[in-house]
Amino acid sequence: MSRVKAALRTPWFWAIAGIVLLLAVNTVKDPAYLAIGVNPTTGLLTGNLLDILRVAAPIIMIALGMTFVIATEGIDLSVGSMMAVGGAVAMQTLSTLREPDSVGAMLAAIGLAVLLAIVLGVLNGVLVAVVGLQPFISTLIMMLAGRGIARVITGGQNTNATNEPFRQLANGQLLGIPTSFVLAIVIVVLIALLMRRTALGLMIESIGINPRASRLAGIRPRPLLIAVYALSAALAAVGGLFSVSEVMTVSVSGTGNLMEMDAILAVVIGGTSLAGGKFSILGSTVGALLIATLNKTVLFLGVPAAATPAFKALVIIALVLLQSERIRSLAFGGRTTPRIPSGPPSPSAGQGVPVTKEAVG
Amino acid sequence: MSDAKTLAEAVPPADDLPKGGEAVRTAGWGRMWERSQTLLPTLVALVLLFAMLVYAEAAYGRVFHAGTISSLLVSFAPTIILAVGMTILILTAGIDLSVGAVVAFSSVAGVMLMNIGVNGWIGIVLMILFGALFGLVAGVMVQYFSVQPFIATLAMMFLARGLASILSTTPVVAPADSPLLLLATDWKIVDGPKVNDFTVTPGLLIAVLVVIAAVFFLHRTRMGRTVYGIGGNEASAQLMGLPVARTRVWIYIVSGALAGLAGVVYTAEVGGKAQNVTGLGWELDAIAAVVIGGTLLTGGVGYVLGSVIGVFVIAALRLIITKDGTINPEYLTIITGAVLLAFVLLQRVLTSRSRR
Repeated sequence: MSRVKAALRTPWFWAIAGIVLLLAVNTVKDPAYLAIGVNPTTGLLTGNLLDILRVAAPIIMIALGMTFVIATEGIDLSVGSMMAVGGAVAMQTLSTLREPDSVGAMLAAIGLAVLLAIVLGVLNGVLVAVVGLQPFISTLIMMLAGRGIARVITGGQNTNATNEPFRQLANGQLLGIPTSFVLAIVIVVLIALLMRRTALGLMIESIGINPRASRLAGIRPRPLLIAVYALSAALAAVGGLFSVSEVMTVSVSGTGNLMEMDAILAVVIGGTSLAGGKFSILGSTVGALLIATLNKTVLFLGVPAAATPAFKALVIIALVLLQSERIRSLAFGGRTTPRIPSGPPSPSAGQGVPVTKEAVG
Repeated sequence: MSDAKTLAEAVPPADDLPKGGEAVRTAGWGRMWERSQTLLPTLVALVLLFAMLVYAEAAYGRVFHAGTISSLLVSFAPTIILAVGMTILILTAGIDLSVGAVVAFSSVAGVMLMNIGVNGWIGIVLMILFGALFGLVAGVMVQYFSVQPFIATLAMMFLARGLASILSTTPVVAPADSPLLLLATDWKIVDGPKVNDFTVTPGLLIAVLVVIAAVFFLHRTRMGRTVYGIGGNEASAQLMGLPVARTRVWIYIVSGALAGLAGVVYTAEVGGKAQNVTGLGWELDAIAAVVIGGTLLTGGVGYVLGSVIGVFVIAALRLIITKDGTINPEYLTIITGAVLLAFVLLQRVLTSRSRR
């Protein structure tokens, strides 16, 4: 019984329930929704479930990076623009190299895209960690400038390119599963091992709980923060690569547009508090899957794609309200600690945070 | 980022003081220095604005030209209205990321209502009310559920943009006899030779009235003082008995209503055409204007008139880039971002100096 209760309290349990519910709605509309068939010309598996996995791959990437940024009590609003930068660099490289099917060209495109993203991510990190700007302001500026950078890279065009190995990133399959999803999961597992098998994850969380205390404990927040923003940017660029490889075209205004919201949403659905101090990689991954399912469901139900933000907004509002102390104390009685009566926290201030969080430190 | 709070505490809200000469005299030189420091970013923006205009005049000509100036003013009237609302919010250390999307929703919804026969004047009032409603929800989330302002307003941005798209993904046009279009009437103030006329529109007049009202509100009313108080130090504002909760919810409503009003003015300006993609990135323009104008993002320090100067800086930037054929329009967002960054860094330098 207590195990059931514990499962019910895990946020990603509700995310999985949400995915199942959305799939059920789709199946009611079309009983063949979950069917998986074989495309006779390519011999690849086809089906709505595989589409969802393909769509999920870029969202998983940006949500993974956002997880660590949010764990440090920061935010990265530039991930959508960073996807566009990554996609733009890749498409421009491939179309300049003019070597349609070489693996070398693909690796060069991927390498350059990730490299530029890391440079921009380091800039974000320096502005936050060294200059001391509020994370949402420095990444907001990067969000604004990033799309401009993507435009400059492609000369304002929606560049397209041909490169068969690169196209296979999203359109190929490994054991019947989209390659991009497999790669995304491999990256998630590698980073999860890095964070959880070393003290890195713990140090990131300690910065989120109390930067001053962690500095006193011998953790150097600056390099760590810069690394976290660089990682977020690099992962966003990889997400951009996945999303442009599907169509082999980068849309400088469309690629990654409003995706920062998807990333934040996935992280919050996955149980990571926006107040920082703890993170769940599994939760964010499941959250990203839920968003991919939601995107596909809304389209499937015939609602225009442009309307999905409204549904996502309702989910965000519900989730942030569930995180608020006022709702919790109403729902669970006197179980939670009372709110510090100093009003809501400003974006940068740590006040109003539940006392339980201090206890972790 | 916990030291940002101490920073806000360290910078006293300069405008808590009455503006009379007596107060300045009693406050002494220290206060004077502090006051001039809070004005410094605004002065830098003003100098930059004049430098840009003079450069543009020298390089391209026809800048100090009644026709150019008035068309620039008219086209930036909605941005001025948004920047006023954003200034008041940022003064309380809040933010509203939803303004661009709210402009889109209220203009699409308003124009559609006018098309199904709702009286035009009532339609305009409804457009403003729709905006106020989004602000109300955001304000309640921020004040009563401790949601971070940028998360609450980001959710509102998604909601407004999504609802606008549900209403229509194609442009909708207001009926030709709509009173909305009267707001874009050209009033010739100075009849210059050839096309050198100074013309204003009722839309621009509305923006000017909004600025005047905001200056009066912030510097001459109790609630305005509370706004500075919340941004300076919320805990002490509460201990002083200032109505923090009520004020905060109200200013989010005001920001939303002003976004609705900006939607009215903009829709009139473009001939009654409303679209779900209107206002993309306008929140960034408004924030940039506020920051360039010298309002501290940590709250408590700043001026509405500074933000108006900030809008003019952005307008001059656009003017130079469009007049100069050699700068790619692709660089526009990068340049805006760089200017914004430069001003944020300037603020950072100034505040860290006053902390010592």
